Amino acid sequence: MVSLKCLPAGDLAVLVEADQPIGLELHQRLRALDAAVSGLAGVIETVPSFRALLVHYDPLRIGYAGLCDAIARAWEAVDPTQLSASRLIELPCCYRDPILGFDLVGVAERLDLGVDELIRLQTSVDYLVYFIGFAPGQPYLAGMPTQLTIPRLETPRTRTPAGSVGIGGTQCCVYSVESPGGFWILGRTPVRLYDPEAREPVLLQAGDRLRFVEIDRGEFDRIEAAVAAGRFEVRVA
Amino acid sequence: MITILDPGPQTTIQDLGRAGQLRFGIPASGALDRFAFIVANRLVGNADAAAGMECTLVGPRFAAQHACAIAVTGAQMPITINGAAAPAWSTLLLQPGDVVRLGAARAGLRAYVAVGGGIDVPQVLGSRSTYLRGRLGGLHGRALKKGDCLPVLASAMPRPWRLADCAMPRYPSEIVVKVVLGPQSDRFTAEGLATFLHTPYAMLPQSDRMGARLHGASIAHVAGHDIVSDGIALGSVQVPGDGQPIVLLADRQSTGGYTKIATVCSFEIGRVGQLRPGQTLRFEAIGIEAAHRMLREAVAMLEHLPREECA
Repeated sequence: MVSLKCLPAGDLAVLVEADQPIGLELHQRLRALDAAVSGLAGVIETVPSFRALLVHYDPLRIGYAGLCDAIARAWEAVDPTQLSASRLIELPCCYRDPILGFDLVGVAERLDLGVDELIRLQTSVDYLVYFIGFAPGQPYLAGMPTQLTIPRLETPRTRTPAGSVGIGGTQCCVYSVESPGGFWILGRTPVRLYDPEAREPVLLQAGDRLRFVEIDRGEFDRIEAAVAAGRFEVRVA
Repeated sequence: MITILDPGPQTTIQDLGRAGQLRFGIPASGALDRFAFIVANRLVGNADAAAGMECTLVGPRFAAQHACAIAVTGAQMPITINGAAAPAWSTLLLQPGDVVRLGAARAGLRAYVAVGGGIDVPQVLGSRSTYLRGRLGGLHGRALKKGDCLPVLASAMPRPWRLADCAMPRYPSEIVVKVVLGPQSDRFTAEGLATFLHTPYAMLPQSDRMGARLHGASIAHVAGHDIVSDGIALGSVQVPGDGQPIVLLADRQSTGGYTKIATVCSFEIGRVGQLRPGQTLRFEAIGIEAAHRMLREAVAMLEHLPREECA
């Protein structure tokens, strides 16, 4: 049995951390734990991450020790096979454009791959959304082909446009908002991962799978206009 | 309706924040000094969660377009109505056309203005609070500007009262705040922990609603300052590689990869939010049971506010 630690995070939260290597198995166990803990009386909201769950609670309704006991019992009972099926979301991405995919050619040279092969590899797998964090709608993705491993930029960019699709270290990343960052940018999606004007501002959630689909610049412009007009829906399988 | 004539450096619409969105990377936001905010609402007969204005350093100048009750609490900003001085922590009754001005704060940093009925901007994800970095909530997701018109919900005129002097916060230039150690206090040396708990830290000017950036003696880590990214609670004291602590506040990032030495107790967040650049705070560690006892005391104090009826 994998052990679970409850660590205090002030008077309103407890950080629950699993002592197990980061990976799909832990991710699914944590998602199942998240679902169970979210239903406990006195629990307000939870924040999943790679190997922990931050549980916000109301101490006037449930005490710290009682909550930790309930979480430990829920952990022993978790059954990842009971998780609801995850969504597969197709994210259109324009790579072969020097303005949108401004590092594409440089990365291909550095990895000693052709541009075609680089795009083929990056679009060949389904990525798993481990969790959303750091910025609104920002996914932490797992599953990048190992051939695409590349050191992060030595000097992070001060600004990377929202929608940029990048790689760095062993990770693939999509910028949900414009922000600084150390990823090499291969392309850009016209889809907004975070849109404060939308009824549901955040597109993705923990457990989703993500697939990139190559589009050309004409298609990018068409989808971008449709997104701005509120007339675009991403394909969800 | 309230018309903003001059917004001051940063005035935003806030309520008690939005719950349930941290898992999507969206922070709760909401008034930083909840005590002052709730008292302002009660002075005008509102529910605690009604939306009002949070004013930073220097307050706004605004005009009432209808007869209404307002109250100003929090940082000590001199208040005038049509040029005549008016008291803080009191119900103030306005006539149509009255112009209210809040000056520069003499103590504290953030003042709150409640309006009878509450400001009626659309609710976004269950709250009217402004999240500036995410351009979400409030009025078009931004700080207030000159010429903004704020709709106000209808309400009955309250019976005026004022908070007794003894219950008014003082906002001193040096404070001690209670923390619970953890979740990563084991990532610091004994000397690092002693430094954190026994030396003062000064508030830096780049602090904002996301985090209070502090400067003081460097806090030593055991082995590096990076962790596997995890969730960040309100009040988390993050210590990056430079050893300088950052207290994460209402607009914080939802997850992060720096060690967190301790968490400031929820009932102390308002006092951190009232500290001005250059003023200092010290941290004092308490256990969880003590923290929960003090939280219950803070809740009870709000339920038994010492009131003085106004003539």
